[in-house]
Amino acid sequence: MLPLLAVLILGVAWEGAVLVFEIPVYMFPALSVIWSEFLTNVGLVAGHTVATLGTVMGGFALSIAISVPLAVLIASSPLMANAIYPLLVLTQSVPKVALAPILVVVLGAGEVPRLVVTFLVAFFPLVTSLATGLLTTPADLIELGRSYKATWWQELVRIRFPSSVPFMFNGLKLAITFAVVGATVGEFVAADKGLGYQIMAATAFFNTPAAFGALVILSLLGIVLFQAVVIIEKVFFSWSTPMEADLQ
Amino acid sequence: MQALLEVSLAIERNEFVSIVGPSGCGKSTLLRLIAGLIGPSSGKVTIDGSAIDGPRRDVGVVFQAPTLLPWANVLDNVLFPLKILHRLAPDSPAKGRELLRLVGLSDFERKMPSELSGGMQQRTSICRALITDPDILLMDEPFGALDALTREEMSLELLRIWQEQPKTIFFVTHSVPEAVLLADRVCVMTARPGRIIEIIDVPLPRPRSYEQESLQEFQNCAKRIRQHIFGDAAASARTGAA
Ligand SMILES: Nc1ncnc2c1ncn2[C@@H]1O[C@H](COP(=O)(O)OP(=O)(O)OP(=O)(O)O)[C@@H](O)[C@H]1O
Ligand SMILES: [Mg+2]
Repeated sequence: MLPLLAVLILGVAWEGAVLVFEIPVYMFPALSVIWSEFLTNVGLVAGHTVATLGTVMGGFALSIAISVPLAVLIASSPLMANAIYPLLVLTQSVPKVALAPILVVVLGAGEVPRLVVTFLVAFFPLVTSLATGLLTTPADLIELGRSYKATWWQELVRIRFPSSVPFMFNGLKLAITFAVVGATVGEFVAADKGLGYQIMAATAFFNTPAAFGALVILSLLGIVLFQAVVIIEKVFFSWSTPMEADLQ
Repeated sequence: MQALLEVSLAIERNEFVSIVGPSGCGKSTLLRLIAGLIGPSSGKVTIDGSAIDGPRRDVGVVFQAPTLLPWANVLDNVLFPLKILHRLAPDSPAKGRELLRLVGLSDFERKMPSELSGGMQQRTSICRALITDPDILLMDEPFGALDALTREEMSLELLRIWQEQPKTIFFVTHSVPEAVLLADRVCVMTARPGRIIEIIDVPLPRPRSYEQESLQEFQNCAKRIRQHIFGDAAASARTGAA
């Protein structure tokens, strides 16, 4: 209840300050103005939201598809870890905002460079946490598998992966949040739709209320997607979250 | 570092051998050697004349810790070895339930390991070791987390299973009476470095029961084991108090 109250007070203060100090709409619009702008263009905004959501989910899926085998490689031997980690760190130290326009030149305008940027921003925490999970599988469980001559694959699928699920979800929560950031960066650089594009287009014409509207939706998108991952973890992997024992 | 020194022990097929010794004397290490989970730095371990170069499918291990998969329920944990060995059959769940019934866990097959007491987890891990009908059963203090009553009950149950489905059992325990009552031979170890000081034959008739504790043969065996572990004076003080 308290957070809701805080948001409410902030909203009232925002609205009040804009009115009292007569701040021009193109500089800092009142909440009510943002809201009415949103209502008049609701169809357009919905289209942008769907476009961004597509990029986010695409980049997120790409992150999972690439992070899982990468984490398995890293966990397979210290040699592999030493070979791969520097490359991963390199991908993270390159500023993605700077990389994005280059990607557009290399990969052509379209969805591909946006997906790649989203992937680059999102996948790192997923790889590291999954690799950590695979490597910190309790030794006695590994020994149990070995006592039944479990193959490398059985050990991976039946012991290491399940035991890494809590780590994996930590990575997924970070990855989905970063994917929203990545998709927005991608849309800043080259897009003709999406919430990132909407912000660029709106600010170019000093349509600040529309830009603020897109900003609010982006934040909501991040929160909703994060919560979706939390719910999936709770519903399908309840053993991994220390929850109230199921009462029955 | 050397954990075990000059251990020499020949176990007969379908024999029940107990190992007793102070903490840290290398009982678990010896068990891991026989399980093929670690290799000896010198010497060799053989089963049926062939040297062990890794784990074997006809061996079941009950580890000192329950070692259950936290994401699988009790029944799935019991069936886990069959899954790994590709031996999961339509009648496997029924067999798993039967084992759970034997150890008094019938109502718990759907529970997660975190919902069980330590003793229940240990009993689950015993069922898991039995599900494959191993020829050789290696048990590392399997009843360590059980109360005295359940412990007697479970040890008699183990003897019953052993009588019905003959197998070679290597049984590590801290309890001298348990070692004597269950085994054909008791192997006494001492620490630093770990070695076997004596292998004691137990002349008690089978079937065994805890009433036999009062027999002179039982007392003699127990006393002899205690003498090795605690020294002469301490051993007689302990038997006197018991
Ligand atoms: N993984 C290991 N690496 C090095 N030394 C070990 C390892 N495991 C055990 N040891 C050492 O080997 C010796 C024997 O250990 P072991 O676990 O076999 O004892 P134990 O007889 O089973 O004791 P307990 O009754 O307490 O279970 C100990 O001194 C221990 O410190
Ligand atoms: Mg031990």
